[in-house]
Amino acid sequence: MSKKQSNKSLISSYPNWFYLPAIITFGIFFILPTISSFYYSLTRWTIFDATFIGFENYEAFLSDPMLSIGLKNTFIYAVLTSGLKTIIALPVAVLLTSGIRFKGFYRSVVFFPVLISTIAIGITFSMMMQPHTGLINVALSSIGLPMVDWLGNPSLALYSVVLVDVWQGLGIATVIYMGGILAIPQDYFDAVKLDGGFWIKFRHVIIPLVQNSTFTVIILSFIGGLRSFDLIWAMTGGGPGFASDVLTSIIYKQYQAGFYGLSTAGNVILFLMVTILVFPLKAYFDRKELDV
Amino acid sequence: MKKNAITLKLGNILVFIVMFTVFIIPFIYILLMASKTSQEAALLRFSLPEEFLFFSNMSEVIAFGEYRMIRALMNSTVLTVGSVILVIILSALFAFVAQRRNDKLATIMMAVLVAGLMIPPAVVPTVFLLRSLGIYKTLFGMIMIDAALFMPFAVVIFRTAMTAIPRDLDEASFMDGASPLRIFFSVILPLLKPAIVTVVVTTSVKIFNDFVGPLYFLPGAKNITAPLTLYSFISQFSTQWNLLFANVVVITIIPLVIFIFFQRQLVSGMMGGAVKG
Repeated sequence: MSKKQSNKSLISSYPNWFYLPAIITFGIFFILPTISSFYYSLTRWTIFDATFIGFENYEAFLSDPMLSIGLKNTFIYAVLTSGLKTIIALPVAVLLTSGIRFKGFYRSVVFFPVLISTIAIGITFSMMMQPHTGLINVALSSIGLPMVDWLGNPSLALYSVVLVDVWQGLGIATVIYMGGILAIPQDYFDAVKLDGGFWIKFRHVIIPLVQNSTFTVIILSFIGGLRSFDLIWAMTGGGPGFASDVLTSIIYKQYQAGFYGLSTAGNVILFLMVTILVFPLKAYFDRKELDV
Repeated sequence: MKKNAITLKLGNILVFIVMFTVFIIPFIYILLMASKTSQEAALLRFSLPEEFLFFSNMSEVIAFGEYRMIRALMNSTVLTVGSVILVIILSALFAFVAQRRNDKLATIMMAVLVAGLMIPPAVVPTVFLLRSLGIYKTLFGMIMIDAALFMPFAVVIFRTAMTAIPRDLDEASFMDGASPLRIFFSVILPLLKPAIVTVVVTTSVKIFNDFVGPLYFLPGAKNITAPLTLYSFISQFSTQWNLLFANVVVITIIPLVIFIFFQRQLVSGMMGGAVKG
């Protein structure tokens, strides 16, 4: 009894005001703009004033093909980048936790692009993806394959950027998977040692037991994909035309053009996309999460 | 057995070739381009430079526009150091109480902050907020924004790390009559060191390389930051690829140093975080 009491009084010695500095900073600089964005997205907003116009901005986003393509592209971009990272990073992580030579070196090499400015990577790859003289096409044609207009072809540009995004983000996904693999108790591998080769191990031990890492990778890269801006901006600027525009690039373009209400509506749409897609996904993953 | 050894060797070679082609060639290409004359760089070839101009290109990039590169690196450093210090102290205070009290209020507080991990920041309203506070286009304003944006991640990391610090430690200090702040700074913060390293490395690299934040909230020539030097290079010198790539090299040095310095702790820290979920 007396122990319980002392614990209780101890709990209250952790002061609640310790929340305040963080919550005030977060409240002013994040929550306040987020909440006010709902109102401003319903206005025609210039540098001088904001006039309420109802859902006109949203209607524009749904009807104007220049804007609605952003919705579609954002979704495609997020699904493809997170899907590819999830699929490619697991075998890479298996490789980098195996007995392969130079694995310390490979770990650094795979992680290195994470450190570099995304704008720098975008510029480098857009040089390498130039139609005739770019390194990738020169390499393709030297082994007899046709050259590809990676960024100039409107139906291809977005997918070319997706590839570079996966290249840059693979390091994070791989490190998360490596953590998951290294946490698998050795007994599980021993159990299948007798009757299985590598494939059995991969399929029946690694894949099920790194499930939590898989969830983390999917969620993180999916949110990252929905919010991605730098790489697309550096590589295509949303072009050719507006073929590779995503919500974030449209938000920026409308902001630059002075259409603040429209820009903010784009922001709210992005918010809604994240809420509608990510929260249910996360809730589903949380339910299925393993206690290892 | 012998056949196995050969397959293994072939496998090793294959992995090396793939890794080299996919991950190393792009960086060699950057270094080659950064070492060429502008005419030679314009050909975009993957070839050794006729004249090795790496260092003179670097110094040209640094001196360009009255040494604006120096200004950019300084701005980025101030921004990074300022935001990271704020993020660490505010998030650790928050996570400390949230994990120890673990009551209804703590749950609500965590839920509010963690929402920040997913929700995209509302850019234009933030610009207007900064304007009305009179801190638009200031490093201070940008630091506050970055602090708000990166706190959620740090709080999650610190809260997980707090579970590994025995309660007895701080309870004993309370019994001794130490103040909460004192306990925080002299007991908790030192024990959070591995988590702090994780937060420092991931957050500082991200803030140093951040492009979107300064693009919206910190415009103006005197406010230029490292990634923005590249951006203005594209528009001003669309033909001098050698300098553009030299610029890439210059702004990569600081993140690289941070990484090399903390590499071992970082990878194990990140993997540890993933294990605990």
